[in-house]
Amino acid sequence: MDLNLLEKQSDTRWYIAPRNGMRVPAVIYADENLLKEMDHKVYQQICNVAMLPGIVQAAYAMPDAHWGYGFPIGGVAAFDAEEGGVISAGGVGFDISCGVRTLRTGLKTRDIEAYKKQLADQLFRDIPAGLGSTGRLHLGNAEMNAMLRGGARWAVAQGFGEETDLLYTEEQGCMPAADPSRVSDKAKKRQRDEMGTLGSGNHYLEVQRVARVFDKSIATAFGMAEDDVLVSIHCGSRGLGHQIGTEFLKSMVITAADHGIRLPDRELACAPIHSQTGKDYLGAMRAGINCALANRQIITHLTRQAFARVFAEARLSLIYDVSHNTCKVEQHEVDGRQRTLYVHRKGATRAFGPGHPDIPEAYRAAGQPVLIGGSMGTGSYILAGTKESEACAFSSACHGAGRAMSRHQAKKQWRGRQLMDDLATRGILIRSPSLRGVAEEAPGAYKDVSAVVEAADHAGLARKVAYLEPLVCIKG
Amino acid sequence: MIDNMITPFWEHFAHEADVGVRGVATSKEAAFEQAALAVTAIVTQPEKVAAKERIEFSCEAPDDELLLVDWLNAVIFEMATRRMLFSRFKVKFAGHALTAQAWGEPLNPEKHPLGVEVKGATYTMLQVKQRDDGLWCAQTVVDV
Repeated sequence: MDLNLLEKQSDTRWYIAPRNGMRVPAVIYADENLLKEMDHKVYQQICNVAMLPGIVQAAYAMPDAHWGYGFPIGGVAAFDAEEGGVISAGGVGFDISCGVRTLRTGLKTRDIEAYKKQLADQLFRDIPAGLGSTGRLHLGNAEMNAMLRGGARWAVAQGFGEETDLLYTEEQGCMPAADPSRVSDKAKKRQRDEMGTLGSGNHYLEVQRVARVFDKSIATAFGMAEDDVLVSIHCGSRGLGHQIGTEFLKSMVITAADHGIRLPDRELACAPIHSQTGKDYLGAMRAGINCALANRQIITHLTRQAFARVFAEARLSLIYDVSHNTCKVEQHEVDGRQRTLYVHRKGATRAFGPGHPDIPEAYRAAGQPVLIGGSMGTGSYILAGTKESEACAFSSACHGAGRAMSRHQAKKQWRGRQLMDDLATRGILIRSPSLRGVAEEAPGAYKDVSAVVEAADHAGLARKVAYLEPLVCIKG
Repeated sequence: MIDNMITPFWEHFAHEADVGVRGVATSKEAAFEQAALAVTAIVTQPEKVAAKERIEFSCEAPDDELLLVDWLNAVIFEMATRRMLFSRFKVKFAGHALTAQAWGEPLNPEKHPLGVEVKGATYTMLQVKQRDDGLWCAQTVVDV
């Protein structure tokens, strides 16, 4: 990206004044190096988002932002329904409520060293991963609707997990006002056999060790310490979410003109929040959120079973579950006034600061855990929401490393088998049904996750708590 | 002048997070067919998929570009729900609707080297047009 297009407000805050139809400014959070590497398309896309009706304050791009469809990935935008605000399927993404959950295991690195291979093989056997994989659960119509209304709460009631898991999941495991009747039969059909599956692409289940703690008091509040073994699960709403995204992207493109919305690009398809299309999408998207929460809950249960087969003493408890592809109704202070806003986060994590009532009581003084997935060769981070984050970008932070290279290029540059062998010599065991998938997810195809997290920390979006190194990675 | 002997082809083009698919051919129908093969090629190697079973489906949209997105999404839906892969397509237009036949076989990880799952076709870099050289080009970015 050309830095001359931006006005530097701090080392990590760059401002774009409204121009050419932008209703509000755009702000990119990143350091100079990340910005130089960032595709110019991020600039175009975040400026386009700033043109949408009813947008409030500014359109934001996170430090891991990259070229998406409609919104950039790493884009945050809030809309006021009472001022003609819109909701956009492209502003949420196909993988509705894709997210990360991280669990403690009660084990230390030394406890698992000798059993790492056995654990990797057990997890790979027990967690359905990769293209075309199916879960053991097959949902009929009534059960499907109950799952779409109940989310992780439904999954726990079915025996997949524990009541306390729900306390540490956003929305306490159940997104209210989900409307399964707005989810098409096709979307439900696509999901029928996919409950409890990881999927493919950048989705994974990783066993990690806490390699470094930056903030001991917050780490203690989150119940973790150096050398602890954790498990992180990254996946979303599977075929159901993809189909909801597909169908509403189309209906929003077709109905935009009827709502008097002139789109700078049709990939920005959206509908007024108060329109029928807008309401239908909200009901369906919330059902998609519940599907993702239920999916991660079922995978948690399978992970517990796999661990129990290898370590009788392991006790897996949830640290937190965050979603990074959503649109949620939240209260935010804008110009000294509390407003109800529809906050789109596409490839961005909610990051409520200390004291927020939606944070579980045990973490309320520390801030919400923000879980940042890195690539399989580098590492991941746990951050905590800050007080300043509210003013920075409606309490939002980055979500991962962000791609630096297309899959196309990555596939040409690396071989899956070679990568797996190289990582194994560094003590990182990869299990995947797809060698090509491994090559496309090569650590070198991603931005430097540490640079992304440093920028987020510097900008005040969230505060660095711990760095996690991968030990075992099950790739879809 | 279009040389009817030109072999239709598909290709992928780079997109930072996702994958661009492009079909190029002497007719719009064949360009659509090639774009669908490019989708198969994200999932596996099309040459490893035997054209054993035939299925039929149709879709409809207000213009050519929206129809391309709909077509690719229909292929993605059939792949996902039937757990099948396709290596041959036949498309026929009727105004802004199309009917299609697809030939393939059930997905078998032993036989088909797996790439990544395709979530859906987007409107990014979406284009259906006849190029200056007379060839039809049908392209868009799909989310993986």
